[in-house]
Amino acid sequence: MLLNIKNLHVSVGGKEILKGFNLSINEGEIHAIMGPNGTGKSTWAAAVTGREGYDITEGEIWYKGENIVGMSPEERANKGIFLSFQYPVEIPGVSIQNFMRTAVNAKREYNGQPVLSTMEFMKMMKEKQAMVEITEKLQNRFVNVGFSGGEKKKNEIFQMAMLEPSLAILDETDSGLDIDALRIVANGVNQLHRPDNSFVVITHYQRLLDYIVPDFVHVMYDGRIVKTGGKDLALELEEKGYEWVKEL
Amino acid sequence: MESNPKDNIINEVTSKDYEYGFVTDIETDFVPKGLNEDIVRLISEKKGEPEWLLDFRLKAFRHWQTLKQPNWGHLDLPEIDYQDIIYYAAPRKRQEKQSLDEVDPELLATFDKLGISLDEQKKLSGVAVDAVMDSTSVKTTFQETLSKHGVIFMSFSEAVKQYPDLVKKYLGKVVPYTDNFFAALNSAVFSDGSFCYIPKGVHCPLELSTYFRINAANTGQFERTLIVADEGAYVSYMEGCTAPQRDENQLHAAIVEIIAETDAEVKYSTVQNWYPGDKNGKGGVYNLVTKRGLCRGDRSKISWTQVETGSAITWKYPGCVLMGDNSIGEFYSVAVTNNYQQADTGTKMIHLGKNTRSTIISKGISAGYSQNSYRGLVKVAPKAVNSRNYSQCDSLLLGDKCGAHTWPYVQCGNDSSILEHEATTSKISEDQLFYCQQRGIPTEKAISLIVNGYAKDVLNKLPMEFAVEAQKLLSITLEGSVG
Repeated sequence: MLLNIKNLHVSVGGKEILKGFNLSINEGEIHAIMGPNGTGKSTWAAAVTGREGYDITEGEIWYKGENIVGMSPEERANKGIFLSFQYPVEIPGVSIQNFMRTAVNAKREYNGQPVLSTMEFMKMMKEKQAMVEITEKLQNRFVNVGFSGGEKKKNEIFQMAMLEPSLAILDETDSGLDIDALRIVANGVNQLHRPDNSFVVITHYQRLLDYIVPDFVHVMYDGRIVKTGGKDLALELEEKGYEWVKEL
Repeated sequence: MESNPKDNIINEVTSKDYEYGFVTDIETDFVPKGLNEDIVRLISEKKGEPEWLLDFRLKAFRHWQTLKQPNWGHLDLPEIDYQDIIYYAAPRKRQEKQSLDEVDPELLATFDKLGISLDEQKKLSGVAVDAVMDSTSVKTTFQETLSKHGVIFMSFSEAVKQYPDLVKKYLGKVVPYTDNFFAALNSAVFSDGSFCYIPKGVHCPLELSTYFRINAANTGQFERTLIVADEGAYVSYMEGCTAPQRDENQLHAAIVEIIAETDAEVKYSTVQNWYPGDKNGKGGVYNLVTKRGLCRGDRSKISWTQVETGSAITWKYPGCVLMGDNSIGEFYSVAVTNNYQQADTGTKMIHLGKNTRSTIISKGISAGYSQNSYRGLVKVAPKAVNSRNYSQCDSLLLGDKCGAHTWPYVQCGNDSSILEHEATTSKISEDQLFYCQQRGIPTEKAISLIVNGYAKDVLNKLPMEFAVEAQKLLSITLEGSVG
């Protein structure tokens, strides 16, 4: 099992947002987490990636056989957890090339591998860009500065390709995307999907799941998963809306 | 969970040690402590100076006595006891030095340790260095290569001997001794520094550089640099500096004068890394300097780039007087303060000629309990029609105990000129930091990445040799700080 979350309780600023969240994910699976606004989907992603200010008051997060509660965000990242941000952050003056090179080499160092030479790195960047169908000249642009919504999300998928995570969480990567960008993002995910890595797709809408087909769909409400099903559950949600889950 | 991890990170900043704090054990020649006319005469005598220079010093000294230490900076500058300072200290020489072999090996070792090799064979080609320790120049490299092009680059004392007319013609013409308290003090007691003259039409084949090192205790350093680019000449000049780690404060009051004649261009870069004091604000160098360039000829250009990371107190405003028509002045600055450091720095752009242009890019970064101020003056004279200025002053705060301040003064004397000013204040956001961390980048590296990105516009202006050093220095100075 890749990820096993047991009875997770998370508070933000003293307010409990996750109230006994359980989820287990095996290698190679794609899971979708759906649910109305404010039910704790993004909080869950923040807690798993170790963001400061998300206090875990109870429960355990088992990842690759160890409980990662209390571990720094960078260590979790270097162990293979990746978050595609809902709102990617701008870092003025820092080129994507410099940013990614720092990140890739940090991960390699953490895992006891030699750092990449400039040539090796450039080659890798080119390959991964082709893999996720990004034609834009990214390398010299500053991280997310002046990017359109679609470019930002594509850049997230590119970074995911570069870092080759074991567990990738896509936090509303589909929001604000037109159909072409959506297709590129989904293709990227499908290209990267292997039997030994897993994806969690957080979304409001079913349409992304037309392109990224999940093995499981979970419905979240009020800080916990209230229903789990196959991909048909997403269609059902689309049809019925979220009102009925409140009754569960 | 931790009470407030940010506090811990800020604490870590303060634990970073200054790398250049060692002292060289070398025989030093001092003059007695204190300042009076006899001391001024003694310094002049020790240097074997001509009468006119002694005169200049004495006039400056008498004027200085009528002045008071300025207190308008946003600085907590203590009353300095000027009688408690040694005004001249020189590593004792063994006769006249002819070649590198005759420079005291202890001095060579000192500069080697600072990463400044004075051995021309081993030196990176493309940079000539004048190494100054305390009050005297130790060695100037590549003089032969330079003289082939007619470029004069030597210690100030040497220039007074060899080119008295040139020195006399330009000394004090951009920064007169009446300019301010510290300029008057420097003019009275200045010891050594660099002199550089680029003749008409010569593009200086090497980067010129002076490295200043304070070594002796209880001494002030008062160097003077004079750069003259004659018609159509070009030179890029770099200045670096360090000092030992001591509990007492040390005074550094320098003057830099630049003159650019018609169509000449001077690019002046500084990486200032004087000892900043310890984490509690004890010790450190008071860096109180006057730097100014005169674009005397039409279409001349002077460009200042500074990376200020050291000193307990910094008080400096490298400026340009744009006298020639169509002349250009530029000021690019990154000033970093940490712990209890204080910096009040900026520039003056005085537009006198027609169609003159100036650009000011200032990036302040404050951490710890430091205070970081930008103070700038853009003045456009009535006759300076169609002039342009663009100013951008950004402040970045790391932590919530430091301060950032901006005092931009603007005076425009005609209605055909255009002046623009932009200012921002920001913090490294928790969002930016988490974004980097989530990509596996440790906190310290992330801060370094973000800060270097923030300062990129200025760092890009530095010569290659300096840019790398400056980037490293930024990371070291700020290691671990965030807010």
